[in-house]
Amino acid sequence: MVQATAVSTASADTSDLKARFLTAFRWMLLARVVEEKLAALYRGGKITGGVFLGKGQEALSVATAMALRKGDVFAPLIRDQAGRLAFGETLLDCTRTYMGSRLGPMRGRDGNVHRGRPKEGLMAMISHLGAMLPVVAGTLLARRFRGVEGTVGAVNLGDGATSTGAFHEGLNLAAVEKLPLVLVVANNQYAYSTPTSRQFACEDLVDKAVGYGVAGHSVDGTNLEACLDVLDRAVTAARTGGGPQLVIASLLRLVGHGEHDDAGYVDPALRKSPLGADCLELAEQRLLHENWTTSSALHEMQQDAQRQVEEAVATTLREPLPDPDTEDWCPLATRHLCEGGYSPT
Amino acid sequence: MITYLEAIREAQAKALADDPRVYIYGQDVGQFGGAFKATKGLAKEYPGRVLDAPISEDAIIGSAIGAAIEGMRPIIEMQFADFSTVGFNQIVNQAATLHWRTQIPCPITIRLPSGGTAGAGPFHSQSMEALYAHYPGLVVMTPATVEDAYSMLLEAVAIDDPVIFCEHKYLYYHLKAEKLPTEAVPTGKARIARQGRDATIVTYSAMLHESLACAEELASEGWEIEVIDLRTIKPLDTDTVLASVARTGRLLAVGEAWPWGGVTAEVIARVATEGFALLDAPPMRLNAKDTPVPFHPNLWGTHRPTAKTIAVALRRLLSA
Ligand SMILES: Cc1ncc(C[n+]2csc(CCOP(=O)(O)OP(=O)(O)O)c2C)c(N)n1
Ligand SMILES: [Mg+2]
Repeated sequence: MVQATAVSTASADTSDLKARFLTAFRWMLLARVVEEKLAALYRGGKITGGVFLGKGQEALSVATAMALRKGDVFAPLIRDQAGRLAFGETLLDCTRTYMGSRLGPMRGRDGNVHRGRPKEGLMAMISHLGAMLPVVAGTLLARRFRGVEGTVGAVNLGDGATSTGAFHEGLNLAAVEKLPLVLVVANNQYAYSTPTSRQFACEDLVDKAVGYGVAGHSVDGTNLEACLDVLDRAVTAARTGGGPQLVIASLLRLVGHGEHDDAGYVDPALRKSPLGADCLELAEQRLLHENWTTSSALHEMQQDAQRQVEEAVATTLREPLPDPDTEDWCPLATRHLCEGGYSPT
Repeated sequence: MITYLEAIREAQAKALADDPRVYIYGQDVGQFGGAFKATKGLAKEYPGRVLDAPISEDAIIGSAIGAAIEGMRPIIEMQFADFSTVGFNQIVNQAATLHWRTQIPCPITIRLPSGGTAGAGPFHSQSMEALYAHYPGLVVMTPATVEDAYSMLLEAVAIDDPVIFCEHKYLYYHLKAEKLPTEAVPTGKARIARQGRDATIVTYSAMLHESLACAEELASEGWEIEVIDLRTIKPLDTDTVLASVARTGRLLAVGEAWPWGGVTAEVIARVATEGFALLDAPPMRLNAKDTPVPFHPNLWGTHRPTAKTIAVALRRLLSA
């Protein structure tokens, strides 16, 4: 599933950085383009239910996934389109789930960001915040039981999810078991409309690492290079026996909570602050500034992303929707114990 | 015109105005006015009494119980009913047992935005009333009308016990009434929403409207269907149900929740044990399918009962 990305060290040379930066940028761009398309489809009534976008969080998300390897476990959350792509999820998995295609991984049973392929290490989130953390801890425990070594589990959460019991219990459990788990918190300053001042009272979320007895890392979530670097270090530390790693990234959610939300509550001063910078724009400027690419190559990348997205959407739109008459209404794996979608009449 | 959702907002405004012990706590309920806008404007009108909570359902409900012990009357908004599972322990073990163990009442109201809407999927659609009704020590309300949404929420705040207030999201915007009621049916009493003599449908919450639509359709074929709105599922007004079955001889219980051990099962059990002789045909029930609530509207539309599937069941009942 994972793109062949060399595990780099902090002393990565420029050409390595350039290659990783460009790879990351492509995923970020593709994520941005598909999300813009999803928003348009939503406005056009082609998507029922919510649409949740990760604009402004692509750098952090992609860096998490690029630090992982084939065989690792990744539990993305609602704003991880970029990381999902970099981890190997196809565009079709995304468009099919949003539009309910019967051919998608969730077959119309679940939608939007609630998708994954657990067999391939990509966990399928439930809505309940924090809940994926102990689950990933469990996958890592299982690997220890089975004698599988050298794999890492990464869990992405928001600042709001740090207030859940599952966050506390999951991180503590992982710390007690010294699991190779990387917990990435995107502190995007809001949980829906709630600012961090109503979410936690500590100065800095990274201070929580001490209390749990895990390593803590802070990173500027708008800066792609910093994200690549810090996530790489955190994942390497977890992989080499350093136990759980808590990464706190600072950034700003640049969209509404969902596409239904105009985010009018976001403090304008925050938007204008460095936190409000768009990581994709910054990365693009960096690419040009370093002469790692040209404007025309960027233009081609954009067009290529658009073409891929249009193709995925067009394919999805041609596909069959779920059909209640042929749907398998058995929720159990043990079929003979299933009451057959039991309906008493 | 006032919507079901506005009625819930108005009831909370009145509760805050009438009783200084009332406060509202929940995620995004403050200045933002809540995910569904059920507390719109209240933080401004009642400064310091409508507070944004962290994403900590266990602590939100636990703290409400503590405040109730001190004499407050908290109204808790869960952002979706589905997330109340995270606070389940506090609800069923602490709130529900407090009075029985200590004789100290626990007057908290927990608002659960409940039930399915198109595209909401498995974690934003659940109907959890049966789960809470199972536990002794809780009152479980399931208002189906604008008037009940208003008067029952006021009643919930006034009651000295923990009340699970299941408000249906499907009714929020499109269910409207001329005005708010000035008087109310007593808590614990069911209401005959439509009179009939050929069969009784016992239902509650959003399924009342599917049932009424079905009764209307069958009326054009000459059938007179009685429809009972339970209003409160715990306590369950067995007398009104039995009296209706005594008149019609036929019973269909309809609910949006899962079938296993739920409200419809309880209704049928009570009628079968206490009114078996009143029945002219085996009682029937209709529920959602026994799978998680599906995301896609094609599946969701079949997963829950609708006027159409209720009519199919009812025709079978009438010909039995
Ligand atoms: C246990 C639980 N309670 C409430 C919700 C409703 N909810 C969904 S997203 C959200 C805000 C999440 O904020 P944060 O964790 O900061 O992530 P962000 O949306 O900012 O990426 C809330 C309250 C939920 N999903 N789970
Ligand atoms: Mg956040």
